[in-house]
Parts: sequence; C-alpha cells; structure tokens
Amino acid sequence: MKILVCISSVPDTTSKINFTADKSAFDKNGIQWVINPLDEFALTKAIKLQESQGATVTVVNVGDNTTEPVIRKALAIGANDAVRVNFEPKDSYSTAKEIATVAQNGGYDLVLCGKESIDYNGGSVPGMVAQLLNQPFVNACVGLEVNGGEATAVREIEGGKETISVKLPAVIAGQKGMVDEKDLIIPNMRGIMGARTKPLQVQEPTSTEVKVEGVSYDSVPPRAAVKMVSPDNLDELVRLLHEEAKVI
Amino acid sequence: MAIFVYAENINGVYKKAAFEAVSYAKAISDKTGDTVTAVSINPNDSSDLLYKYGASNVINIKDDGLKNFSAKAYAQAVNEVANGNIIVFPHTTDASSVAPMLAIMKNASLITNALEAPESTSPFQVKRKAFSGKGFMHAKADAATVIVTVSQNAFGIKENPVSGSEEVKDLAVSNEDTKVLSHEQSSGKLDLKEAEVVVSAGRGMKGPENWGMIEDLANTLGAATACSKPVSDIGWRSHTEHVGQTGKAISPNLYIAVGISGAIQHLAGVNSSKTIVVINSDPEAPFFKSADYGVVGDAFQIIPELTQKIKALKG
Repeated sequence: MKILVCISSVPDTTSKINFTADKSAFDKNGIQWVINPLDEFALTKAIKLQESQGATVTVVNVGDNTTEPVIRKALAIGANDAVRVNFEPKDSYSTAKEIATVAQNGGYDLVLCGKESIDYNGGSVPGMVAQLLNQPFVNACVGLEVNGGEATAVREIEGGKETISVKLPAVIAGQKGMVDEKDLIIPNMRGIMGARTKPLQVQEPTSTEVKVEGVSYDSVPPRAAVKMVSPDNLDELVRLLHEEAKVI
Repeated sequence: MAIFVYAENINGVYKKAAFEAVSYAKAISDKTGDTVTAVSINPNDSSDLLYKYGASNVINIKDDGLKNFSAKAYAQAVNEVANGNIIVFPHTTDASSVAPMLAIMKNASLITNALEAPESTSPFQVKRKAFSGKGFMHAKADAATVIVTVSQNAFGIKENPVSGSEEVKDLAVSNEDTKVLSHEQSSGKLDLKEAEVVVSAGRGMKGPENWGMIEDLANTLGAATACSKPVSDIGWRSHTEHVGQTGKAISPNLYIAVGISGAIQHLAGVNSSKTIVVINSDPEAPFFKSADYGVVGDAFQIIPELTQKIKALKG
C-alpha cells in the first residue's frame, strides 16, 4: 500500500501573529515553523500503517525551500520519502492542484491530511484534492483502519460519530482521534540522522493559477479591560451578565 | 445573477446554521437585487422555515441514494441544481466537506469561514477567519462563480420573511464509494458549535468526577459543555468537547471558562466569543487578560452558587 501524507508548514501554536506594516501579508519574522498539528495526526496514522501493514509513506508539501526543515522532521518521524512542490502556496486551489498532480503521478492508495491548516484555516485542500482525483472523501476522521482495498473510517458528526466503509483509493482528512495525542511520534536521534539521507524530490509547479487572493489582513482588536467580581458577590456577576452584557 | 444557499438538515430537521446561511444569502441579495434559492437534501421540515429568513425559492432534492451523507454525492446533487454565481454554505462539518468538492466541479472560487456580509459582491470580497482566531483575512474571489461558507454564530440569524415557492426535484445520484456501517448521535445534546452559551472547564476541576457541577450550570443556562486540550488529552472528557487551536473553534455569545489558565492555543479557539467569563483560583492566570468578567476563587464553591443564582434569575 502506498500512502501520501500532505503536510503544511505553519507557525508554531504559541506564535503571536503579526502582519506587515501595509497589512498585505503575514509577517514571518521570528516565526518558528512546525508541521501543521492536524497533519501530524495523519502522518502518525500513516506511520502506524507502515508498521502494521508494510505501507510506504510519502509526504508532500507545497512550499518554497524554507519548508525543508519541516519536511525533514516528517522524514525523521518515519516517512520513507518526500516530495516538495517548489511554490509558495497562494490559495487552497493552487495547493490542492499541485498535491493532486503528485498523487495522480504516484498512484497512491490513500491520501491522508489534516482537516485544515491552523494558519489560513481554509479546510478546503483535502476536499478539493479528492474531487480533482475523482475519489471519495471523508472529512473530520477520528479513527481509521485499512483492510485491503477498503478502509473503515470513523468520522465526527454533530453530536456523535459515524463509522463508514470507503473504497480505496480515497482522500481522508483527520484530526485528533485519528491517533491519540500520546501516540504522536517524537523523532529520536536515529530518525533524525536517517532523515538527512532520505529522498526529498523537488518538483516545479504545473501552474500558478489562483482563485482567491488575500487582499489584506487585520489583527484581532484587544478586549476592553476585564471587570473583576468578588467571589462573595456573585449577584453582581449575574447582574452584569444579565443587564450589561445581556447574555443571560 | 442568482444566489443559492445550501440549507443543511440533520435527519430532516433544518439546522440553526442553515437559517444563518439563508440570512447571509439574503443580505447578499439585498445588495445585488437577486433572489435567494435554498437547496436542501431530503428535508422533512417545512420550507416555510426558510422563507422566514429570506429564501424565496426552495428546491428540495428527494433522493433515496442520499439518505446517508457522502461529501462527493452531496456535492454532485447540489451541483445539478445550484446554477448561480454565488453559492452560500454554513461552515458545519458536513457542509464544509461538500463545498470544496463543489468548488472544483464548478471551477469556482471558494472562500471559507466568512464572518460578515461581503465587502463587495463584484468582485466578491469578504472578511474571514484566519490564523485560528489570531487574525482576519480579507479575501477576494477571482473566478466568476463564488462559493462562500459562513462561520457559525458569526453573522447571526436574521428574520426576513418573504413569500416563497417550493420545487421538489427527484434525483438519482449514486453513492457507491462509501457505506455507513454505524451511526451514533446523541439527540438532545446541544451542538457545541451552534450553542449560544458554552460552559467550559479545565484541569482546575481536578478530575472527571467533578464535572457534575459544570453540567448543572450548563443545563441551567441551556449551554453546551466544552473542555481544554489537557482535559481531553488525559481522557477526562471526550475530544469532541476540546475547544482551541487544534480542537473546535467556537463563537458563542457567552463563554464561561472554569479552571482554564488560558494558553494562547486555547484562546485561539474561543476568543471570538462575544462575552467571556473566567473563573480561576489563580489570580495570575493569563486568561483574565482576555476576559470581560473575572472571578478569582474556588470553582467548587463558586459554580454551585452561581448556578443557584442564575436559576433564581430565570425563575
């Protein structure tokens, strides 16, 4: 079985997000980059399938050469090889199109990704890749088993869970639950050393067409100063919520 | 131009997010002068519910093949009937799975997580959520057809009654790719992303056995319950309740955080709540800086007392 895992390089979850002075772009100064945490669940699931079923795991990233440390980390976690499409992604469509091309050419049985990236929060790439490949798509996956040409996936639904069987090849977008947080793999020294010599192929993009442009960005305005209420005066808290905030 | 909106239902019952999406489509139509057509798959609810928010046409797709959800089959069905320049979806789990597939079928621009009515409709430009609640992006569509998903609880539900007409379409979309094996859905439990009030608790609760008082407060308020990441990682609560950067992002009118220190990753999932109340025994908890109201003290005393006082207020 061949698995393709899509990874995005995103600002570390503790990052303060700033924009350039003209507000036209995200300010990358001083940012630490990590594998998108939701993609890491998908990557870990793929490594588990590699261990249990002898699957080969390829990671794909669409990005310029600054994303290579993050790709090497995915290789250190256990992916067999990697493809980087040399293009700084501009929107979900251009990213999905490049991933779909890599997936098509590689003939993968399963494409796994996180359900969204924590930077642009599009949540669109996995579904677009599925449609570009004309494959079934399962989103918000919180459990996955593969048996031959079929996968059994658990997906989150409002107020519950649904278990479905999916014919492969398919595109599955996951989140926490696909593997547990405690099962995430921290690369050891052997993994890190091995990752340096694993194949990382760089491809040029097939097109640079975009369908959505980020025109400008705003920071979140700060809240007004907090009003502290004494724990001995909860009537006052109830009054404020009822009369001032008008939320109860 | 024609404006279409996907009115999502669960087991035939329209979701609150469907009414919000219809309200949003109506706000666009007020700018462009077009009519709003709502599309729904196998609804049982009356179309009157959609006319109330401004949909003047309702297309009900009847298709036994679509009894179970499949993103691809649903996208194909919507693709057959929604021939408009603007197609609005709620940003629910299911609808946000359909929209990207439809965007490829229609060669459309897809803008997700819209927060406000568009800044312009031609070209379509709208403010959307980005950087997990730490920023906003003004996104512009380049294609002639635009699909937009509306962030839940952001635009709001706006009544705008119109007289409408209904059309039933029999489709036969086949879904051979996926098969539902089992389906567990707790009815009666409030959906976290739709809830107007959310009571959330963290490690300060000391153990899962102490959640009774959180649930009492939530029931009193008609609220959904949520939790912090550490609590779901330890397994005290299901990860479906985890709100934060890698969990769910929510925007209720009132968010009450009990025993949650307020790490930047947690704030990312909740800071678009309209009013935030923080209850924590540690006066140095960073969450107080991002709250509207704060109480420093012992949650085990404060929560039951607060519940009683709210009960008294509600009579």
